Amino acid sequence: MSTFVLLTITGLGLGAMYFLIASGLSLIYGLMGVLNFAHGFFLTVGAYGTWWMELHLTGIGSIWLRYMIGAAFGIALGALVAGVVELVLIRPLYQRHIEQVLVTVGLAIAGTALVQAIWGADQRAFVTPPWLNETTDVLGAKVPNDRWLEIATAAVVFVLLQLFLRRTRYGLIIRAGVENRSMVQALGIDVRKAFTLVFAIGGVAAALAGALSNVYFGSVTPERGTSLLIFAFIVVVIGGLGSLGGSAVASVVVGLSQQYANYYGSTGMGEIVVILLLGVVLLVRPRGLAGAVAT
Amino acid sequence: MSRRTWEIVLPASLVVLLAFVPKISADIPRLFNGPLNSPGTLQLLALCLLFGGVALTYDLLFGYTGLLSFGHAFYFAVGVYFTAIALTKWHWGFGPSLLFVAALGLVLPTLIGAVSLRVGGIAFAMVTLAVAQVGAVLVIKNPRGWTGGEEAFGTDYAALPDAFVGVLNTKNLYWLALVYAVAVFLIVRWAVESSPGRIWQAIRENEQRVEVLGLHPHRYKLMAFVLSSFLATAGGVVYLLLQTGPTPHVTSADFTLTLLIMVVLGGAGTKWGAMIGGVLYTYLNNRLGAVGDSSTVQGLPEVLRVPLSEPLFLLGTLFILIVFFAPGGITGLATRGRRPTSMRQLESSLRAERAEVTAPVQTTEEGA
Repeated sequence: MSTFVLLTITGLGLGAMYFLIASGLSLIYGLMGVLNFAHGFFLTVGAYGTWWMELHLTGIGSIWLRYMIGAAFGIALGALVAGVVELVLIRPLYQRHIEQVLVTVGLAIAGTALVQAIWGADQRAFVTPPWLNETTDVLGAKVPNDRWLEIATAAVVFVLLQLFLRRTRYGLIIRAGVENRSMVQALGIDVRKAFTLVFAIGGVAAALAGALSNVYFGSVTPERGTSLLIFAFIVVVIGGLGSLGGSAVASVVVGLSQQYANYYGSTGMGEIVVILLLGVVLLVRPRGLAGAVAT
Repeated sequence: MSRRTWEIVLPASLVVLLAFVPKISADIPRLFNGPLNSPGTLQLLALCLLFGGVALTYDLLFGYTGLLSFGHAFYFAVGVYFTAIALTKWHWGFGPSLLFVAALGLVLPTLIGAVSLRVGGIAFAMVTLAVAQVGAVLVIKNPRGWTGGEEAFGTDYAALPDAFVGVLNTKNLYWLALVYAVAVFLIVRWAVESSPGRIWQAIRENEQRVEVLGLHPHRYKLMAFVLSSFLATAGGVVYLLLQTGPTPHVTSADFTLTLLIMVVLGGAGTKWGAMIGGVLYTYLNNRLGAVGDSSTVQGLPEVLRVPLSEPLFLLGTLFILIVFFAPGGITGLATRGRRPTSMRQLESSLRAERAEVTAPVQTTEEGA
């Protein structure tokens, strides 16, 4: 029983990170039709921004405060990079989807290589606030405390995003744009502003996932963005491209099945189960669980 | 001489010239580390030729049929891993191993393609990515100790023909890579000019129209998928012979992205373009590291020196620039200024112009 609780909470923690990456990916694809391969790079920017700031804030004694300021810096950097990428690289290729995907592929490769050139290919240790390294007893299971942070952050981001999408004018434009972009344009609304906004929001969420992944794995590496991105893609496709709720459900399903299968099956089984799940969903329901716009 | 004759004479002389490279001891400073016929240089040239061919197999899917696959690495890796496993772990002979891999290279893409081609566009890209990830995970999982996990393993040399073993025989491997590149080129040329090949290009342009004409796009797409995957598997076998053993890198999604970059770099939908892209990318990826270590770069301030020492940063940037400023790739740049000589070229350039004229109109319509 205690193992099951531990697996469940760890799976939810992993799912939380998937959700943070997938939410941005899904909105960007839903609105603009761009499969953003550079999204993993935004995560790397957030992760290294947090790590770098924390390392240089030697004047502050409290590790918690250093982590918080570091994360804020990383997130701001992620939003900035994502916004600039949209303005400079994606916007000039408006409506040319294949070229846009190719540019994000180039950016992902060049960006990861740049981080590797500056800070090396090996992983760097990350100083975690002490409480996050401790465990809490839940029904006999010793659950690492950082899992709570991940789950809580993802839940807050989910609620905030929903509020933003449902209650604000820009949220309305984004939702309408996902449904039917030409109609929104025909009504005289400049959808392109929403494009930059959606990229920046995606950058924030991915950078946040980066800051959390530092704690989850206890280190930073240039490769992590790419490896998490593949699973985030799977989550987005299972959930239904463009659907936030679908992404949330799918990230929980993927995170949990990965943990269970890796433990009760054998190492590596988790990844295979998730991939088979993707295959089944695509062939049975090509539009994903939420049935939003795919293909 | 007519254009048709030139199209045969020029490539044929290039192949003859390339075939004589192992006999030339000339030293080309800066471009290569040692003389042309030194094992190191031949090894690099062989890799370049091999990837020229493999890039062309990817172009058959992406450039000619319009199928964006993120799993091409899987079929290459089938060639690499199963040859190595059959030779080293199952102690099969060279001939039976090749036959077995050839059968796999036909059966696997037929089964996987038949299912995954039921969906199109991004969904197809994701299914192919997923299949390739299963391969990548299995290789790391090391079932029954066959794949050796992340460390992989060395190929058993005793099982290989003597001609392909040892540093002195690098020239034979070079010739093998040359044969592979030429064979892929000829097969792809024959295939895209055959009648199914024309239907592949029609599917790329407008799949619905092909369907309306009463043809089954699925069947033709599957044909392109199987041919392209089989040729990639053959490339994997050549790659294994060139290396000391398999590496998990060939199963990764990054590896497929590399092929995509090669094709776009050279020019998607063109035979020479994809090959030139593959050759150039492989060469730069191997040699840019040397540029980073050179005294000129080492003398630069840190802001310039650090990025310049990372080949992938330079290649990624070059790739973005190509997508922006030369959408036809390197070969597109070369033919851009020339006047169209044949009806087909005229037609395609007219179509491109029309697209340019109508595109802004469409956007203003949407914006109005």
